Amino acid sequence: MNQQTNTAGRSINSAALSPLARLQQALADQLPKLVMAPTFLIIFVCIYGYIGWTFLLSLTKSRILPVWKFVGFEQYEKLFMNDRWMVSLENLVIFSFLFIALCLLIGMVLAVLLDQKIRNEGFIRGIYLYPMAISFIVTGTAWKWLMNPSLGLEKMMHDWGWTSFSFDWLVDPDMVVYTLVIAAVWQSSGFVMALFIAGLRGVDDEMIKAAKLDGASMPTIYRRIILPSLKPVFFSCFVILSHIAIKSFDLVAALTGGGPGYASDLPANFMYAHAFTRGQMGLGAASAMVMLGGVLAILVPYLYSELRGKKHG
Amino acid sequence: MVEAPMTVTRRAARLGLYAILAAVAFIYLMPVWVMLITSLKDVEEIRSGNLLSLPSSLNFDAWVTAWGSACAGSSCEGISSYFWNSFQIVIPAVIISTLLGALNGYVLSFWRFRGSELMFGLLLVGCFIPLQVILLPMARTLAFFGLANSTPGLVLVHVIVGTGFTTMFFRNFYIGLPQELIKAAKLDGAGFFFIFRRVVLPLSTPIIVVTVIWQFTQIWNDFLLGIVYSGAETQPVTVALNNLVNTSFGGKQYNVDMAAALIAALPTLIVYMVAGKYFVKGLTAGAVKG
Repeated sequence: MNQQTNTAGRSINSAALSPLARLQQALADQLPKLVMAPTFLIIFVCIYGYIGWTFLLSLTKSRILPVWKFVGFEQYEKLFMNDRWMVSLENLVIFSFLFIALCLLIGMVLAVLLDQKIRNEGFIRGIYLYPMAISFIVTGTAWKWLMNPSLGLEKMMHDWGWTSFSFDWLVDPDMVVYTLVIAAVWQSSGFVMALFIAGLRGVDDEMIKAAKLDGASMPTIYRRIILPSLKPVFFSCFVILSHIAIKSFDLVAALTGGGPGYASDLPANFMYAHAFTRGQMGLGAASAMVMLGGVLAILVPYLYSELRGKKHG
Repeated sequence: MVEAPMTVTRRAARLGLYAILAAVAFIYLMPVWVMLITSLKDVEEIRSGNLLSLPSSLNFDAWVTAWGSACAGSSCEGISSYFWNSFQIVIPAVIISTLLGALNGYVLSFWRFRGSELMFGLLLVGCFIPLQVILLPMARTLAFFGLANSTPGLVLVHVIVGTGFTTMFFRNFYIGLPQELIKAAKLDGAGFFFIFRRVVLPLSTPIIVVTVIWQFTQIWNDFLLGIVYSGAETQPVTVALNNLVNTSFGGKQYNVDMAAALIAALPTLIVYMVAGKYFVKGLTAGAVKG
């Protein structure tokens, strides 16, 4: 609204000015748009334009270089017949479910524990959150060593006297996906805790006091009043964690290399391998489009409810 | 204090609570602690000891090797040059994307035009798409402009990917500033850039800190863009680290791997220790506002 009154005021002024000054005035009026020109370029070319480009690629037979010979949805058919892709999808389902559930659970419990007027709370919080500052490549390297089948945790337990202890998930095709979960939860659960603490601090104190006066116990207050009011935080965490899960690429590269075989591949790794190292551009593009579909399926309802909430609230 | 004296059960509960918190802290600290002590052992000590056994002496040989002579792929020059590569990518990319974000946020908050809200919405959605969906066209574009495998090319890609986030940070911050301030300056006839420099920018210090830290961490820790768009000479440290760990001539040198990983993690860890408060703010702002 304010910008309308503003431009109106300006046009009255410019009517009485010389042509040169009028040109300057016009330029000044367009300045905000000019400043955003690079960003328009990013939005329309590098985001939405490139998505369209990738979609077109996914309809072609392109291998090492783009070949504009359209074959319809053949690449998508090939994709869903591809065992490696199906394994990566299955891994994504297992990984996301456990990763999200464990991060939410651990993050929430830690937030509630830290909310009990703990001495040195800031310091302890700092310890829980620092893995978030580290790259997934470093995290993967560290956990690859910790879970090393011969020299890692297994040897430590043997040295400590638990000689039957066995831990070789990194080389076990059936268990390797769980090593990804362990490392990713270590890295990201502190983040969920930070969000929940921020949420807990925002809960109305009066309501808690009133419930206490009514004789409600603290566990009941948490269960009935505090945690239900954190639904939005819960929701944001869910969206962010699922976003991290679908994009997961680095951790697999560093921790398991997708192996043994391709037992621990995730869709992002499949896409990279086919688009950039195996010369299967069309198939890679198709897998990228399927990933986009997955993200949108979560994101669109979220944004919709956010926007609705803001309008009504 | 009017609080009732602690009963025995309450005191026991408090003790249990602290014990749990300490145990959890131990679990979170353990991986980095193990990395540190492993990096200080020699290969023989690694074979004979276990993860948590302490090194017999402080031996920094692995660090020297990781920095200057470890083999990553076909070159055996350590990760030092890649470490500096990362800085050459991160510094310009952070500066440009932060500046763009500040200007965008300023326009989107105080100089709205028809369609500017839609623009912001499109940009926000762009923050959350999986990068895989733009990787291939971006590679073609960089090749077309002769920027493939170059540091400027990587900087450009990071600016393109990061500007959505920086714009969101600044816009959400500026929207909370008093509109009267800018209205008054406009009525006084102050121009677009004058208001930005003299009125808005001096108030922006907190959000600049948050944005710079966020972008620094994101770009330093990036692996996907680095592996797709960098060449052998321009690799960022994350890519070099991954190559180093997966290169094995003869026996595996876990101590060198761990030293290299710690070197790669050091810059962001230092930022976290110095400015952790702002780091958390960036995380929560990026997350909750959205």
